[in-house]
Amino acid sequence: MSEVMVDVHGVHKSFGPLHVLRGVDLRVRAGEVTVILGPSGSGKSTLLRTINHLEKVNRGWISIDGELIGYRRAGDKLYELKEKEVLKQRTHIGFVFQNFNLFPHLTVLENLVEAPVSALRRPRREAEDTARRLLDRVGLADKAGAYPRQLSGGQQQRVAIARALAVSPKVLLFDEPTSALDPELVGEVLDVIKDLARSGTTMVVVTHEIGFAREVADTVVFMDDGLIVEQGPPAAVLDAPQHERTRAFLSKVL
Amino acid sequence: MSSLTDQAPPGAAAPVADPPDKAGYTVVPTRHYARWAAAFAVLVLVAQFTHGLATNPVWEWEVFAAYFFSDTIVQAVWVTLQLTAYATVLGFLLGTLLAFMRLSRSPVLQTVAWTYIWIFRSIPMIVQLVFWFNLSALYEQLGVGIPFGPVFWSVDSNSLIGTIGAAVIGLTLHQAAYAAEIVRGGVLAVDSGQSEAAAALGIPRLRQIRRIVLPQAMRAILPTAGNEIIGLLKGTSVVYVMAIGELFYQVQVIYGRNGRVIPLLLVATAWYVVLTSLLSLAQYYVERHYARGADRTPPPTPLQRVRRLVLGMRAAAARPGPPTPVPLKPFGDRR
Repeated sequence: MSEVMVDVHGVHKSFGPLHVLRGVDLRVRAGEVTVILGPSGSGKSTLLRTINHLEKVNRGWISIDGELIGYRRAGDKLYELKEKEVLKQRTHIGFVFQNFNLFPHLTVLENLVEAPVSALRRPRREAEDTARRLLDRVGLADKAGAYPRQLSGGQQQRVAIARALAVSPKVLLFDEPTSALDPELVGEVLDVIKDLARSGTTMVVVTHEIGFAREVADTVVFMDDGLIVEQGPPAAVLDAPQHERTRAFLSKVL
Repeated sequence: MSSLTDQAPPGAAAPVADPPDKAGYTVVPTRHYARWAAAFAVLVLVAQFTHGLATNPVWEWEVFAAYFFSDTIVQAVWVTLQLTAYATVLGFLLGTLLAFMRLSRSPVLQTVAWTYIWIFRSIPMIVQLVFWFNLSALYEQLGVGIPFGPVFWSVDSNSLIGTIGAAVIGLTLHQAAYAAEIVRGGVLAVDSGQSEAAAALGIPRLRQIRRIVLPQAMRAILPTAGNEIIGLLKGTSVVYVMAIGELFYQVQVIYGRNGRVIPLLLVATAWYVVLTSLLSLAQYYVERHYARGADRTPPPTPLQRVRRLVLGMRAAAARPGPPTPVPLKPFGDRR
C-alpha cells in the first residue's frame, strides 16, 4: 500500500457557537481519489478548507505528506506558523473553488503564471511553458489570451483546475467544482477531473455527483453533522450502506 | 352578470383589422408640444446669455486675452498644478496606507487609522492650512532622536518646511483622510473569493494586494477618486490665505493692482475649466485601462467614436439611398 498523503487527525472546528467539525479522522493515500458526500451543512466544505489552512482548526491536526499544516511541532507543543510559511505550504495543495475565483482582470495565461512566478519564484518563461502545457491538457490551448469573463462556466472551471495544477501540488482539493455550472457543462469539467484521477493525482473531491463518485473514487466518505459516518470503496458505501443516515441521504439524491 | 369571455367591456377598441395595403400601418409619432416649447424657451435664454457674454463690455475680453497666457498667470497655473499633483500622489499614498490599516486585523492600527480619518475629516481645510502656516509657533524646532529622550539633530521648522511645504502638507493630510475611505470602499467592493483564491495559491501577501486586490478595487476607486482630484484642483485656491502664488491668489494680486476684477476672474475660471477637462479626459482613459477583463468587448475610446462617426457619415453620404443612422452610444454610457 502506498503512503498516506493527507492525514486528518481528530479535527474540531467551531464558528462561534456552531460546532461544524466534531472530531474528524481521514486518511488519503498517495494517488488515490477520495470523494466526500453528505447533506449541506454537514461540514464537507469546512473540512476541505481546513486541509489547506483557509480555516484554522480548534483541535486536532492535519498533515500533508508528513508535513504538519499551519504549525511546527517541538516536543509536545505546536507553534503557529507565520502567514508567510503557511503560504509556502499552500503551494503543495491545489484548491479548486465552487465559484472558480479566477482573477478577472488577468488573462487566462496570466492567471496560471501568477502563483508559480510570485510564490515559487520560477522564471516567467518556464512558468508560461508549463501554463500552456496545462491549458492544452484541459483542452483550452487556444484560450491563453482570453479574459475569464469571455469564457463559459465550464471553461472557467477548467482554467481554475489548470491554475491549481500550475504550482505542481502534491494534492488537489475540489470544493463542489460543478455546483455552479449549467447541467450541460458539468460533463466537461468532470472529464478533466477523471483524466487527472487516471494519471494518479491525489485528490479530495467534495461533490453531489454520485455517478462521478461511483466511477472515479477509490474511497467514498459520507459525512453528516460534522462527523464521518461511513467510509469505504464506492461499491460498499453507495450500494450497501451500513448506516441509516447514509441510506436516507442516498435515497434522496439517487 | 356579464360573461368575462364573450363580451368586450364598454369602450374597448374594435379588433385590429388587416391594414388596407399589405405593407403595414403608418406610425404617427406623438407630438410633444410642451417639450418643444420648453426647448425653445431654454434656447432663447442661452442665446441671450451668449449674446451678453460677447457684447457686454464689462467682460473686457481684450483684458482676458492679454492676461490668459501672461507669464504671471502661466507661472501661477504651474504652481496650482504642482500643489494638486503633490497632494494627490502623497494624499493617496497615505490614504492607501490608512485604508489597509483600517482593514488590518490589528486593533491598534485600526483605531489609529479611524482616529486620523475622524480628526482630519472634521477640520475645515482652511483652518488646517492656517495651522500649518503657523507651525513654527507650535514647534519651533523639529529634530530626530530617541522618543522622549535626547535629540541628535534638529532644524528650524520654518526653514525646513516653508510656505509651499506647509501647503502641500496641509492639502495632503486633508486629502489622505478622504482617500483612505475611497480606497477602503474599493477594496471592500472586491469579492472576498479573490484574496481567498490568491491565498490558496500561496501568493505572498503584498503581492496579493498589489496584483490581485488593488487592480480590481480601482474600478470602484476611480470614479470617486476622480471627483476628489478635481475637487482638490479647485480646492488649492484656498491656499491663497497663505499668500502662495497659485492661480487664484495671483489673479487677486493683479486685479488688486489694476481693478479689472471681472476679466481676471474669468481668466482663473477658464484655466480651472481647462485643467478640469484635461483631468476628466485622463480619468476616462485610466478607467478604461482598469476595465480590461470586465467587459467582453472594451468600449471604444472617444477618438474611435469620432472616427467611426465621421466614417459613418461619409459612407452615408456616398450611398444613394436614404441615410442610415450610425449606431452610436452616448459618450457617458460605457457598457
